[in-house]
Amino acid sequence: MNKEIIERAQRAKAKKALLGEDVDIEYYTTETKEHDVLASLDDISEDYVQDLLDAGIEPSEKDRSGSFLQRDRSVVFSRAKYPGLELMSTTDAIKKYDWLKEYLWKAIPVDMDKYTAEVELAQSHGYFIRSEAGSKVTMPVQSCLFITSDKIRQNVHNIIIAEENSELHIITGCSVSHTVNSALHLGVSEFYVKKGAKITFTMVHNWGGGIEVRPRSAVVIEDDGVYISNYILMTPVKSLQMFPTMYCAGKNARATTQSIVYATRNAMIDMGSRAVLRGEGSKAEIISRVIATDNAKIIARGDVFGEAAYAKGHIECRGLMLSDTATIDSIPELKATRRDLELSHEAAVGKIAEEEIQYLMARGLSEDEATSVIIRGFLNVDITGLPDALAKETKKMFDMSLEKVM
Amino acid sequence: MLEIIDLTVEVEGKEIIRDFNLYIERGEVHVLFGPNGCGKTTLLMTILGISAYKVKKGSITFNGVDITDFPTNERVKLGMGMSFQHPPEIRGVKLGDMVNIALGRKEEKIDESVIALAKRLNISVDFLNRDVNLGFSGGEVKRSEILQLLAQAPGFLMFDEPDSGVDVENIGLIGDLMNELLGRNEILSKRERSGLIITHSGVIMNYINPDRAHVMLNGRIACSGIPEEVARHIMKEGFERCVKLCGVLNEQGDN
Repeated sequence: MNKEIIERAQRAKAKKALLGEDVDIEYYTTETKEHDVLASLDDISEDYVQDLLDAGIEPSEKDRSGSFLQRDRSVVFSRAKYPGLELMSTTDAIKKYDWLKEYLWKAIPVDMDKYTAEVELAQSHGYFIRSEAGSKVTMPVQSCLFITSDKIRQNVHNIIIAEENSELHIITGCSVSHTVNSALHLGVSEFYVKKGAKITFTMVHNWGGGIEVRPRSAVVIEDDGVYISNYILMTPVKSLQMFPTMYCAGKNARATTQSIVYATRNAMIDMGSRAVLRGEGSKAEIISRVIATDNAKIIARGDVFGEAAYAKGHIECRGLMLSDTATIDSIPELKATRRDLELSHEAAVGKIAEEEIQYLMARGLSEDEATSVIIRGFLNVDITGLPDALAKETKKMFDMSLEKVM
Repeated sequence: MLEIIDLTVEVEGKEIIRDFNLYIERGEVHVLFGPNGCGKTTLLMTILGISAYKVKKGSITFNGVDITDFPTNERVKLGMGMSFQHPPEIRGVKLGDMVNIALGRKEEKIDESVIALAKRLNISVDFLNRDVNLGFSGGEVKRSEILQLLAQAPGFLMFDEPDSGVDVENIGLIGDLMNELLGRNEILSKRERSGLIITHSGVIMNYINPDRAHVMLNGRIACSGIPEEVARHIMKEGFERCVKLCGVLNEQGDN
């Protein structure tokens, strides 16, 4: 291991994050029993099948190019079925490839805050996914980070690389067993989209009311590369803070993030995306739809920094308030450092318009049905850039998540 | 079919309709004229039970049921439908979804039966996939409203200015479909459906032959009569003068 990295991590051990309330890492344990490896993904205990399905994971592996499952701090399944696709635990990948050190902590500084430091110092695997140059893996890879033991910390480091002119589609589900009352998930994810490559990343968070979550993600996109992220959070969570950064480093690099958040109970959610437009003609779009009900607090962020000629960035945030004891705080930021670029944002927060409910009632729906149709419509962002099958799958995940809250 | 007795309606604390009476027989179509702000739209919204329109006094009976306190969807179940003048935009809810809802179906697919209905209004599949009313032109709103009514097929139909903002090409189409929806193609004895049409300009009268016309002024029906005559008076003399003429005619009639 790189001594310098470890030293930097050591020094950052007590470094509080800029955003989000401080989590007491030590409250959670790293001592947990190792789980047995599964021969097949559907060997997973009956008790957990629903938890996986809720996070968009298909235990039968149908229509998946590969599957990865990490339970607590053990990798219990990892298999790539598709030529041109590599999938394994990050720990194995580090052993296998010496060159991987060129990617570790290159998109995210290890001493960013105490959470990144913790992941370095007490890492528990994570996944390594790579598409070889030129291969189009159109069928999605599924990966799942699953927590089944109480009070643990899960510290994963994920590395995702799409080599030149390759295509990679990932469905990732973070889930927690319904039997777990509290846990901490720290996830570092570094994405590398090489020249002409494309990654779509569809993530469903299926946490519980006692789970604290601090993902740290960054994406580096080279010339003509495309990165599309879809994020869905509809189940309760205690506290979640994340602010992934997309570096559009190459010429015509493109990044899009779409986040759908339905915050309930006492959730504290501080989330958003940041795009740094460094490549000439690069483009970013940050779209979010957030709903707050009960006593939930949401901070919806979006930053676009334009630093290159002909760069274009747009932030769109819409919030819907369903309770007088909830809060939505929309914080968009645009920063331009030259003339020849174009940055914009639009934000709107409000309640459901009575007029819309009445209109739907005039077509025969009850008040409750009308409300549900409006909420569904509000969250319905047309996802572009996904292969047909994956778009359908994402829609299914979305519908399923929505079914649970409505 | 519809009987309104002694109705007084408030909107945001302001009285818009007072001591209003109207009776529409089964199979009859009435047309309602009146200047801006006289209470025409308020009347339609109140009949439909839209909650911002508060009934202070009087009653509305529909097919023998007192619906004065019914929520909108209950009235719709009993067979009412309306073409809105300014329907709201709903993001993420497609016109095709609205058609499915109007058809009373749960499924979300915009399938052949929806597409076939839309075709009758020159509405394309692309258009069915647009968020309802979002960026629709005046004429598109009218066609979208008629399409939803076509799916709903109610027994009593209200149209709030179906002719405003519609281009020459489509006004005939809308007129034809309104006739169909209102069952006007049936012979007199077989007409089952009824309607109430608001028109400001009277253009739609070139396509529809209503049975009776009313002029509304200051929240009341000021005069009623044979549609062609009422329309002629209004076009020639204006609303106020028409009402005065009406009064003279009625007095003569009384004598």
